[in-house]
Amino acid sequence: MSLEALNDLWLTYQSTVAFIGLNGLLALSVYTTLSCGQLSLAQAAFMALGGYTSAILTFHTGLPFAVVLAVATLVPSLVAVPLGLPVLRLKGVFLAIATIGFGEVVRIFFVNWDFTNGALGLTAVPQRTTIWMIYLALAASLFVLWRIRGSRTGYALEAIREDEAAARTMGIHAAAYKLSMLVLGAAFAGLAGALEVHYTFMVAPSTYSFSRVVDMLVYAVVGGSFLFYGPLVGAGFLTLLPEVLRELGPRIGLAPGPLRLFVNGAVLLVVILFLPRGLVSLPDRIRAWRGERRPPRAP
Amino acid sequence: MQQVINGLFLGSIYALFALGYTLVFGVLDILNLAHQAVFMLCAFTALVLVGNLHVHMLLAFPLAVLAGGLLGMVVDRVAFRPLRGRSDSNISGLISSIALATILEAIGLQVFGPDVERFPFGTVPDRYLKLGDAVISELQLVIIAIALAMMAALTFLLKRTRLGRRIRAVAENPLAARILGVNVDGVIAASFFLSSALGGAAGLLFGLAFNNVSTDMGRAVELKGLAVIVLGGMGSMPGAALAGFALGLLEVFTVAKLGSSYRDAVAFGVLFLVLVLRPRGLLGPAALREA
Repeated sequence: MSLEALNDLWLTYQSTVAFIGLNGLLALSVYTTLSCGQLSLAQAAFMALGGYTSAILTFHTGLPFAVVLAVATLVPSLVAVPLGLPVLRLKGVFLAIATIGFGEVVRIFFVNWDFTNGALGLTAVPQRTTIWMIYLALAASLFVLWRIRGSRTGYALEAIREDEAAARTMGIHAAAYKLSMLVLGAAFAGLAGALEVHYTFMVAPSTYSFSRVVDMLVYAVVGGSFLFYGPLVGAGFLTLLPEVLRELGPRIGLAPGPLRLFVNGAVLLVVILFLPRGLVSLPDRIRAWRGERRPPRAP
Repeated sequence: MQQVINGLFLGSIYALFALGYTLVFGVLDILNLAHQAVFMLCAFTALVLVGNLHVHMLLAFPLAVLAGGLLGMVVDRVAFRPLRGRSDSNISGLISSIALATILEAIGLQVFGPDVERFPFGTVPDRYLKLGDAVISELQLVIIAIALAMMAALTFLLKRTRLGRRIRAVAENPLAARILGVNVDGVIAASFFLSSALGGAAGLLFGLAFNNVSTDMGRAVELKGLAVIVLGGMGSMPGAALAGFALGLLEVFTVAKLGSSYRDAVAFGVLFLVLVLRPRGLLGPAALREA
C-alpha cells in the first residue's frame, strides 16, 4: 500500500479511532463503579459536568488546555462525593434508579441554563484534543486500574463485589471503597467529556441523555466487566460495528439508525445471556467447549 | 380546579404505567426496563389498527392491550427467564431488559420511522364539559375512568382470584410457592402479561390524550414511572397508584407556577429526595428491600 493510500485511510478513519479511545475511556468509567458491584447510571451526567466545565473554561479564561482538562476531571469527582455519600447506601436497582434520576436532573439543569445557551448548547469550541491525548488519557486510566487490580484495594473491591456483608465482616471499609470508585469513575467520565467537547467542537445537553449511559454500559458489559481491559475491547468492537453496518445497511434495505440500535441491543442481549463475562472470555469459552468435545484422554 | 383535573388525568396515566412496573418488581424483585418499549409499541399497534385497518377505537383498545400483554410474555421469556437462578440476576436482568428495550425500539423506528404520528380525526370524542370555571374534555374523563377501572380490576384480580393468590404467593416466597405446587414460571409469565397490558394501556391512553405517538415517547415516561414506583414504595400497588396521581398533580402545578421548563426536574428531584430520605417510599414495606 502506498503512503498516499495509507494517508487517505487515516483521514477517513481517524475520527473512528478517536471515538474508540473516548468510548473506551467512558466504558472504563462504568467499569470502575461496576468493579465493586455498583451499577451507576450517572456517568453521562459526570461526562456533562466535565464537558461543560472545560468548554466554559476555554471560552472565558485563557488557561492552557492541560489545566482545563485537570479542572474538568476534578469537578465531576468533587460532585460525586456528596452524591455518593447518601446514594451508596442504596443497592442494586435502587442505586441504578437514583443515579438515573441524578443524570436527568443534571441534563435538565443544562437545558435550562442560559449561560450555556440552554438546549442548543455551545458551539465552535476550539479543537484542542488530538488523538494522542485521548490515548494518553486512556493509557493513564488503564494504568491506574491495572495498579489497583491485584493490590490490597483490588482484592477488597472484589470481595465487596462478591459479597458485601462478608467483606464488611472481614474488616473492609466497604462504603469508603465504593465512594472512591464512584469518584474515580466520575473523574474518567469528566475527562472523557472534556476531551470529546474539544474534539467535536460542541457541547449540548442532548449528548448526555440516558441513551448515552446505555451505550457506555453496553461497551463495558459486552467487552467484559470482570477484567479491566474488557470494557476497552467492548468499546472498540461496538464503535467499529456501526462503521461496518453503515456499509451493510443499505444493501439489505434497512435504515442505518435503527439497524445500529438493533445490533447494539442484540449484541448486548446475546452477551448477557450466553457470555456473562463478556467478549474477553470468548477464547476461554471456546477452549472449554472444544475440551468438552474431545474424548477424555486415558490416564 | 382546572389544574387539579389536568393533574389527575396525567396522574392516571402515570399510575397505570407504574402499576405495571411495580407488579413485576413485586413478584421478581427485578426492574423491567423494557416496559417503556411495550408502552410505545402498544400505542403504535392501536394507531395502525385505527388508522390503517379502520378498526373502531372500542375494538382497537382491547386488541392493543392484548398485544401488549403478549409482548410482555415475550420480554419475560427472552430477557428474564434465561437469567433466573443466576446469582447476579438483578443487575443482569436490568441490563438484558435494557438490551431488549433497545431492540424493540429499533424495530419501532424501522417500522414506523422517527416522526410523530397522529390518530385520525374523530377517533375519540372531542366534546367538552364545563364544571364551574374549569373546562374538561370528555376524553380526559374517559381516560381517568378507564384508568380507575383497570386499577380496580387489578386489585380484584390480585385479592380475590386464584391467579392473584398465586402471584402473591410467588412474590412472597418463590421457593415455598414451588414446593406448594404453584407453577412459578407460569405465574411469572402471567404477571408479565398483566404488567405489560397495563403498560400498553397507558401507552395507548397517552397517545390518545396528547394525540402524539412517536418512537421516543417511552423514554420520558420510563423515567417518570421510576420516580412513581420509588415514591410509592417499590413493589407496593396502592403506593404506585397514589404516587402516580401525586406526581401528575405535582407536575401540573409546577408548570402552572414555575413554567414548563422545570417540569421534568420535579419528577427527578422528588425521586432523588425520596431515595435519600425515605428509601421505602410512601407505602413501601417497612424494611428496605435490598436488591
